[in-house]
Amino acid sequence: MFEVATIAVLIALTLAVIRATRGPTIFDRLLAANSVGTGAILLLSLFGFLTHRPEFLDIGLTYVLLNMIGTFAVLKFFRHGALGHVGDEDERTKIL
Amino acid sequence: MIELLLTYLSWGCLGVGSVFYVIGAIGLNRMPDIFTRMHAVSVGDTLGAGFLVLGMLLVAGPTLVGAKLVMIILALLFTGTVATHALARAALQDGVQPVLAGKSGKLTACDAAEAVQTLKDLVRTSTPKADKDSDRAGHTNTKGGQRSSKR
Repeated sequence: MFEVATIAVLIALTLAVIRATRGPTIFDRLLAANSVGTGAILLLSLFGFLTHRPEFLDIGLTYVLLNMIGTFAVLKFFRHGALGHVGDEDERTKIL
Repeated sequence: MIELLLTYLSWGCLGVGSVFYVIGAIGLNRMPDIFTRMHAVSVGDTLGAGFLVLGMLLVAGPTLVGAKLVMIILALLFTGTVATHALARAALQDGVQPVLAGKSGKLTACDAAEAVQTLKDLVRTSTPKADKDSDRAGHTNTKGGQRSSKR
C-alpha cells in the first residue's frame, strides 16, 4: 500500500510542477512551490517506510521548517522588493 | 489479530490520503484563480497529508519514529495555514483580482475591495436583520474609495 501512496504523491508532485510552470502570477508559482515542498516531505516519509528504513523523518522535519521560511522570504521579497524591509505603516495598522 | 487489524486500517488510511492528495493537486491545476487554487490545495495539505501520516503512524506504533511522524504532521498543519494566509494577503495587496460569480452568474475578475464588499453583502443579506438601503449605501461607499493596486 505504501507503493500506491508513493505513486499518488508523485502524481500530485507532477501536477504541482505543471502549475508552477504555467502559473500566470508569481503567487500561483509560490503556492505550487509550497505544495511541492509538502509533497517532498510526504515522499521522504513514505519512501522510508517503503524501504523499511524510516530514518529519513529527521530530514523531513527539517524540510518543513525550510519550506515555510522559504515561502515567507519570497513573499516578503515580492511585496517590498527587499528582504530587510520593515513593512509599511498602513499595512501594520489597517486590516483589510 | 490486532496486528492484522492495524495493517488493514493503515492501508485504508493510506488509500484515503492518496485520493485526497491527488484531488488537491488536480484542483491546483483546474481552478480559475489563485484564491480558489489555495482552497483546493488546503484539502490535500490537511486531509491528504493527515491521512497519509496517520497510516504511517499505525505501522510505526508508539516508537521514536511515531513521535517524529506526530511532530511532522503538527509542523505541517501549523506552517501550512500560516503560509497560506500570508500568501492570500500578499496576493490581495498586490492587486490580484479574485474571480467571482456576479449576479448574472458569469465569472468575472473584480477589484479586491469590491470582492470583500460583495462577500460582506452576501453575509449581511443572509442574516434575518438585513436592511436593503444600508446595504446599497455601503456598496457605493466602497466603490468610491477603492484601494488602488500597487502595479
